[in-house]
Formats: sequence, structure tokens, C-alpha cells
Amino acid sequence: MTKHLQRDLESVYNDLLSLSAKVEEMIDRAASALLERRHDLAAKVIAADEAVDRREVRIEEECLKILALHQPVAIDLRRIASVMKINNDLERIADLAVNIAERSLSLDEFLHFPVPQKMSRMVSLSTQMVRDSLDAFVNLDTSAAKRIMSMDDSINELNVEVIQELQSLMQSQPEMVVPALHCFSASRHIERIGDHATNIAEDVIYLVAGDIVRHKPIQPPSS
Amino acid sequence: MSDTLPNREQPDSPAQEVPTAKEQDVALSTKHSPPAFEDGTETPEPAISLRYERLNTWYGAFQALHDVHMNVPQRQVMALIGPSGCGKSTLLRWTNRMNDTVPDARADGVLQLDDLDILARSTDVVDLRRRVGMVFQKPNPFPKSIYDNVAFGPKLHLKIARHELDELVEWSLRKAAVWDEVKDRLHQPALSLSGGQQQRLCIARAIATGPEVLLMDEPCSALDPASTARIEDLIFELKQQYTIVIVTHNMQQASRVSDRTAFFYQGRVVEVGETTDIFTRPQKKETEDYVTGKFG
Repeated sequence: MTKHLQRDLESVYNDLLSLSAKVEEMIDRAASALLERRHDLAAKVIAADEAVDRREVRIEEECLKILALHQPVAIDLRRIASVMKINNDLERIADLAVNIAERSLSLDEFLHFPVPQKMSRMVSLSTQMVRDSLDAFVNLDTSAAKRIMSMDDSINELNVEVIQELQSLMQSQPEMVVPALHCFSASRHIERIGDHATNIAEDVIYLVAGDIVRHKPIQPPSS
Repeated sequence: MSDTLPNREQPDSPAQEVPTAKEQDVALSTKHSPPAFEDGTETPEPAISLRYERLNTWYGAFQALHDVHMNVPQRQVMALIGPSGCGKSTLLRWTNRMNDTVPDARADGVLQLDDLDILARSTDVVDLRRRVGMVFQKPNPFPKSIYDNVAFGPKLHLKIARHELDELVEWSLRKAAVWDEVKDRLHQPALSLSGGQQQRLCIARAIATGPEVLLMDEPCSALDPASTARIEDLIFELKQQYTIVIVTHNMQQASRVSDRTAFFYQGRVVEVGETTDIFTRPQKKETEDYVTGKFG
């Protein structure tokens, strides 16, 4: 019984980690599409989404099967619950990467539009959050999870600054309103990726400690 | 027929009067039911039915239980889980003094049912067993008729007229959710019933004497899934009126039927708490390993 459960759990873990690798690649490519005007990469991101959707459904089916067949409790139950939630977050992150890629294609008509420098910092922060949150999940590292949760504030602040910058640009150069709005949306999407990475970090804390920390003030990491 | 237990008179001592079901139901709805809180955030502490403190027990030189400290709240289901030989059944057996007949068995510490000191020499064991009913792993009806199985206890404990006894038998069988299946053959041998029916008959027999506590020692382990489900539904119904302590090796059953769970290991209570906590985030590693099937 336990061996069957462990085998099924390992299998679904591997599927989830493979999905996360794919999603991280999509964020990287969407960011390059936006910041370096690589529309070839944008097309690849958009094309990858269907496969991600299929994998998400398959992982969810596996989790439901494990719940029905093994009725796991305690740490095993929390593992399955975490996999289901992280799976969902990864799929949403992939959707956001697609949204960013689409915005980058829309910006193609406006080659002279200056994408704010701070967005590059936002992208690297959000990518790091996603990567670290999955590492924290694999290593059962709650300190790392708490660090990731506090990183979300930096992205939110950068997002506000980018929006302010875009507002000034739109006021001073009305012809830039359309590309600025595309860029505004992209910035929001990047900020949302940070939110999903935060969700994953919260799931890590639930997995390890059994505490649901969502909607609670962040405790600083102990180390 | 109403859900009312007929009035009965005690043979000798009025102090031992058994409350009727109606009285019990009234008591449930007034004295014991928790006051409603509008915001639903607070609930009062339930009264304690069984209290175990520093309980140590031995079979000869072998110590079976070590310093057991545990309370069982009134009208709740407490599940006792743990690997074989961890002391769960020993605890049940001391709770209605079944170990009196075991040579060399002795116990030390506090074991109380309300104000009654269960371990005291002066405690009337027959009366204790009327207040603390027991249902065993294997259905064990007497080789008598269905009717006589249920009537046996009341005849022994209560001075009761024939028509009242009829009503009491029906009430008990209804309460144990087996009436509809046996009402047309009450005078046939109880051993002609299926295993699941026999077990529900044994529960009817246990509640016919008006107990406060029901002890169940793996009551479903000899039953098929459908009969198990009926007993589990019945446990849910019965806890409206009785305190139930159930020993089970079936983790899912413990998590389904109980309010609180105690994990026993090597004669000690490792962890006791809300069943939801024990099965979602146990505090002790031994509990975690046991409920996830890593040992035991």
C-alpha cells in the first residue's frame, strides 16, 4: 500500500517538476520577446501553451486518482494537496507568459517605444521567485519559502513605478498611448507571476508545517 | 412507535434510575446542548464523560499501559488507534472492568466515569456495565431469540412490565437501525441473522440498559463494506445520546466516525487531539508515520 502510494507520488512529482521546467522556459522566452523584441520567441511561447494545459489536466487526474485509491492522510495528504495547487499556479503562470508574449507582438508595430528598464528587473525577480519556489518545494525549505513571499513586495513596488513611468510618458507623448497600454498590461502580468510564485511558497509552508498562511502577515525567515 | 424509551422502575435502588430516552433527549436539547453563538466562533468546552489520569496497568510483570492521561468528552466519538499490542483494547477492558476476571491483571491511577471511580473496590461492576456497554469485534449474540437478546439486560437490571419490555426492545432495535429487518422474526434465533445484522443486534442489546458510554472494539472488522457503512452511520446517530470509544485498525474509519483520536504506541498515549488534526497535521513523528502507513 505504502509502496504503491510512494511510487504514484514520485511519478506525479516528476510530472510537476517537468511542467515547472517548461513554464520557467516560457517566462524566460516571453521576457526576451518583450525586452529584446524577439517575436520568434513570442510565437514559441504561445505555441507551448496547449501542451502545458494538457499536462496540467493530466497531473490533476493523477492526483485525483491517488486521492481516490490511496486516501492519503497527514504528510501524504498535504503532498497531494500541494501538488494540485502548485499545478494550478504553474498553468496560470504559463497563461501569463502567453499574455506577455502577445503584448510583445503588439509592441512590434512601435519599434521606437522605450520599454521601461525597471521591467527587466521585474522579470528577473519574478523568474527567480518561480524557480526558487519550486526549489523550496523540492527541498521542503520553509525559510526559502518565506524569503520568496517577501520578494513579492519588491515586484509590486517596481510595478507601481513602471505604471507611474508609463503614465508620465502617455501624458508627455500622446502618440505613445497605445504601446504604453500594451506595456502596462505586460507589467501587470509580470506582477501576477510573482503572486503565483508566492502562492507556491505558501503551499510549501502548508506542506511542511500544515499551516495555511495565506492572507496572514509574513513572518520573517528564521535564518 | 415514538422514539421514546418506556418508563421503567429499578428493582431495588431508586438512585440507579435510568433516565428515559425522552428525558435524555430533553436533557440533550436543554442542559447539554451548547448555546448558539451568532458568529459561530466560540463553543463551550464539552463535559467530560471518561477521565483517565496517570493510569498504569499490568498483566503480571508486564506493564501494558504507562501513565495514560486522556479525557473523553460527553457525546463525542473517541477513536483509539495504534499497532497491535499497543494497549488500546486493554484500556477498553479496564473501562468496564472486564480485566477483573484476568488473573494478575492490576491497575493503578484514576479512571472515572463522571463521579464514579471505576477502579474502586466498592464499585458495583454489574451497575458499571449497565452504564458502560461493550460491542466486540466479532458479533456475539446469545444463542437465544432476537427478542431475548435485547430483553436480557433490562430483565436483569430493571423491574419492567411485559408490555414495557416489548416497547423497550423495539426502541433499542430501532435505535440500532435493525428493527425493520427483524421485526417480523423477533422470536427466531439471533444466530440466523447476517453478520452485520448480528452486530447491530449487539448494539441494540448494549443500549437497551440505558448506558452512558459505548465501548466498541473493532466493531466492523468482521463485516462487509455495506454493513460497515451502516454501523458507521449508526455511530453518528448514537453519539447524539452516548459517549463512544471505538478501537479501530481502519484509519479511514477512525477519520470518518470520530471527533477525537488518540494514538497509542507501546502502552503510551503518543498523541491525542481533534481527529482532523491527527489526520492532516499530526504533531508527533510517530503519529505521522503510523497514520501514513509507514509502520504498524
